[in-house]
Amino acid sequence: MYGWLWRHLPGPAAVRVVTLVVAAFVVLAVCFLWVFPAVAPFMPFNETTVGE
Amino acid sequence: MSDPTPSEPQQAPTRSQARSRAKAARTRRTGHVVYGTLGVVGELLITAGVLLFAFLAWQLWWTDVEGNRAQAQVVRELERDPVPSPTASASGPVVAPPRHDDPPVLAEPPHATTFATIQVPRWDGEPERPISQGVDRATVLDVLGVGHYPGTAMPGGVGNFAVAGHRTTYAKPFNRIQELQVGDPLVVRTADTWYVYRVTSTEIVAPSNVSVIAPVPGDPTATPTERLITLTTCHPMFSARQRFIVHGTLDYWAPVADGTPAELLGGAS
Repeated sequence: MYGWLWRHLPGPAAVRVVTLVVAAFVVLAVCFLWVFPAVAPFMPFNETTVGE
Repeated sequence: MSDPTPSEPQQAPTRSQARSRAKAARTRRTGHVVYGTLGVVGELLITAGVLLFAFLAWQLWWTDVEGNRAQAQVVRELERDPVPSPTASASGPVVAPPRHDDPPVLAEPPHATTFATIQVPRWDGEPERPISQGVDRATVLDVLGVGHYPGTAMPGGVGNFAVAGHRTTYAKPFNRIQELQVGDPLVVRTADTWYVYRVTSTEIVAPSNVSVIAPVPGDPTATPTERLITLTTCHPMFSARQRFIVHGTLDYWAPVADGTPAELLGGAS
């Protein structure tokens, strides 16, 4: 999968490394800002309130 | 794999040799597909592992970063009386004289409204935290810090001013609750009034033990006569198995316009 990605990226190795680092940062940013806040309420360890 | 006959080693492949060679190629192709698939599955699993670590970092660290920023902003934007600054003649800050008559008590505000802040001198280095109405996570505890249990007393009121806060994650306002000792001041500030409570006891209870926030803790049917405060948070840390409870009682109150409680001016307790 990552091998395929590497082979299909344009440019010399240095450019591909930069592209991949930027892509990884974007993926992490999307996770931190939208994905993780959305899934956190469904995590079992986040069941902290009791119904009265 | 192939079985060349000893008598004719260099000859063109026989039919059986061709068959076995094709079979070997097929095996190689199948192996390639199997290993390729395994490789992709492995890479997906590694990616999932990295994302799980990223989620941990988000939950345990980033929610604190965001929460602290947001809560500091909420405190900054509160509309409230300024604390008087020392005049030219007086030296040092103005200490509010304690008052022991009946304090002013606010009416309960609408859900998610921030109406007070809490400062705990024992938690040296912790910022002033906003207290808002309600205790559900999505609209209060995760985003506004400390939440006030609806229906319990308001600050200074007869009964039990009960609040909840996270012990870990989301800026963890009550992270250091276990450091509290009997007699420690808990200073609540509304727009115009200081309420200085003192810790009287701590306990660890099951989450279902909601009587700790009753007007008379532990006795839901009793009629309250005292002005109490109760802090509730999770216990042990990083778990929701139990609750850490701190009870306190009102020591004194003072108008914000009169100065700052001595408890906040370095001379703690």
